[in-house]
Amino acid sequence: MRGPGSPAAPFSRMNGPPAPAGPENALYPLAMNRSLDDFVAEAGLGASPEKIAAAGKRLTLPGPLALDCGVSLPEVTIAYETYGTLNAERSNAILVCHALTSDQYCAGTNPLNGKPGWWHLLIGPGRPVDTDQYFVICANVIGGCMGTTGPVSIDPATGAPYGLSFPVITIADMVRAQAAFLDALGIGDLFCVLGGSMGGMQVLQWAAAYPERVFAAIPIAAAARHSAQNIAFHEVGRQAIRADLDWRGGDYLKHGTTPKKGLAVARMAAHITYLSEAALHRKFGRKLQDRETVAYGFDADFQIESYLRHQGITFVDRFDANSYLYITRAMDYFDLAADHGGSLAKAFPGIKTRFCVVSFTSDWLYPTSESRTVVHALNAVAAKVSFLEIVTDRGHDAFLLDEPEMFATLSGFLGSAARERGLAPK
Amino acid sequence: MTVIAQAPALRADLRLVARMVTDGARVLDVGCGDGDLLAYLVATNNVDGRGIELSQTGVNACVRRGLAVIQGDADLDLGDYPSDAFDFVILSQTIQATRAPEQVLSNMLRIGRRVIVSIPNFGHWQVRLKLLVHGRMPMTRALADPWYTTPNIHLCTIRDFLDLAQTLGASMERAIAVDRRGHPHDVGDRALFANLFGVEGVFLLSRN
Repeated sequence: MRGPGSPAAPFSRMNGPPAPAGPENALYPLAMNRSLDDFVAEAGLGASPEKIAAAGKRLTLPGPLALDCGVSLPEVTIAYETYGTLNAERSNAILVCHALTSDQYCAGTNPLNGKPGWWHLLIGPGRPVDTDQYFVICANVIGGCMGTTGPVSIDPATGAPYGLSFPVITIADMVRAQAAFLDALGIGDLFCVLGGSMGGMQVLQWAAAYPERVFAAIPIAAAARHSAQNIAFHEVGRQAIRADLDWRGGDYLKHGTTPKKGLAVARMAAHITYLSEAALHRKFGRKLQDRETVAYGFDADFQIESYLRHQGITFVDRFDANSYLYITRAMDYFDLAADHGGSLAKAFPGIKTRFCVVSFTSDWLYPTSESRTVVHALNAVAAKVSFLEIVTDRGHDAFLLDEPEMFATLSGFLGSAARERGLAPK
Repeated sequence: MTVIAQAPALRADLRLVARMVTDGARVLDVGCGDGDLLAYLVATNNVDGRGIELSQTGVNACVRRGLAVIQGDADLDLGDYPSDAFDFVILSQTIQATRAPEQVLSNMLRIGRRVIVSIPNFGHWQVRLKLLVHGRMPMTRALADPWYTTPNIHLCTIRDFLDLAQTLGASMERAIAVDRRGHPHDVGDRALFANLFGVEGVFLLSRN
């Protein structure tokens, strides 16, 4: 049994709805003093493949998709969602790129769980990304598990799920797939490409690969390459998954198992990197979970342990382990400077796109220095770039949360870009 | 580039600065505040403008009015700009608050073909008189904070600044002293006089 009531999680999950702006000191209400095994024993797939398949919009690319690894994917389906209306000139489209474990349901209500879309605070009618004005498109990345072709998809050559026979993909492949998808939708130029974390990497890749198609670009809490530390944390997660016997060498779908424990541990480790020491201290400190004193055992004595176990196990409900391997790998391979002879500036020669780069003071996963590297490269090519570092103690996850300064900046940036684009009166 | 919020009436020293900027130039405004000068230059001189501003609220205000401004610091961030990136680099009423004014100025001369700097003049007769008569750190309209909260850690006079420009090998194309009533006077060969009656100095320099 899950804990009572709907948990008012003190932090947002990477993909879940951001934490409600409730009292900052609200305790995590779940009866969480249970082992990970209890949880995984009960966990079922929150959204079954059938449910995912039945929900939302699909588009099959007209041709095969050539990948960086040299392989070509013969058949690619893109699962996507749209919000707002495309204008007659087709000039008001905004592509939203999602993060590692997110999905295409960035606004409105996620039909799979009935919760608000993961960026509903930013995107919607009257929001900074106003869907009364803009046509917002969000597509599940290739390699994902929310309907777009990925390791859970059926390989047309074998009639069985790809599993580990799915080719290794890159951020550039994700963006290439999105470009082909937009071509198929009949959308040439984008008014804006917007994304946080891995979504921000895709934004940078978009600007580098298709600068003429991108009028404005907003990479948030992102980096132009994955650092050794970033790769290290991902490797911990991947090893946790692979160490789970239920992973079965990646063939768990064939065997009817799920590497729940491994995936939950991967998520727990990753989740720490989305927060900050200050926020953890503020929320949890050394507070105990449902007890007055430590139990001299290995139950979840501390609230932070309960919280992480909860994060791990709810993740298992909605994410595929092999997808996690593939997408983290794509992020690790990302190095925009290396792709351009070692100089990041060379990724953006003569670019006309206007940029708004945003970072957060307490983000140690993609720290401000990474955003500054991007800004310096853009300055070197005389690009129109604005940059703001937002003061917050909420860590990397801040980009998903209620950050008024971020909303004000994005709203102002988009408003002025819209006037330049002729989308709004001058 | 279109700027919606038209610049309000510009401060006297900023009007002088604006007159020195040629039409269509590439301009970097260091410490651009809410973007008043940049917005004015974009609207009237049709410049391709960029800004650097330390405060979050300043950056936000700029971004909202369509200006390309990055959050940064004259001391730390100028070093990362490529040489000759701009026609004009502007630093108004800020150099006295930087940690390394000499380095800031030489960076500006490297980044831009021309540099415009305005300073509050510590050589103004009121400042001198206050120190002489009261024996305390002078506080004036231009220097309104007490010594223990002022951001101005490297105050100088008009003559001091002329010396620094010379030390760095820059040519002084124009030097203007603005008096108490906001009237500009060419410093020319009357530096002693300008240093006494100028509340602020505005300088146009170029690299030799």
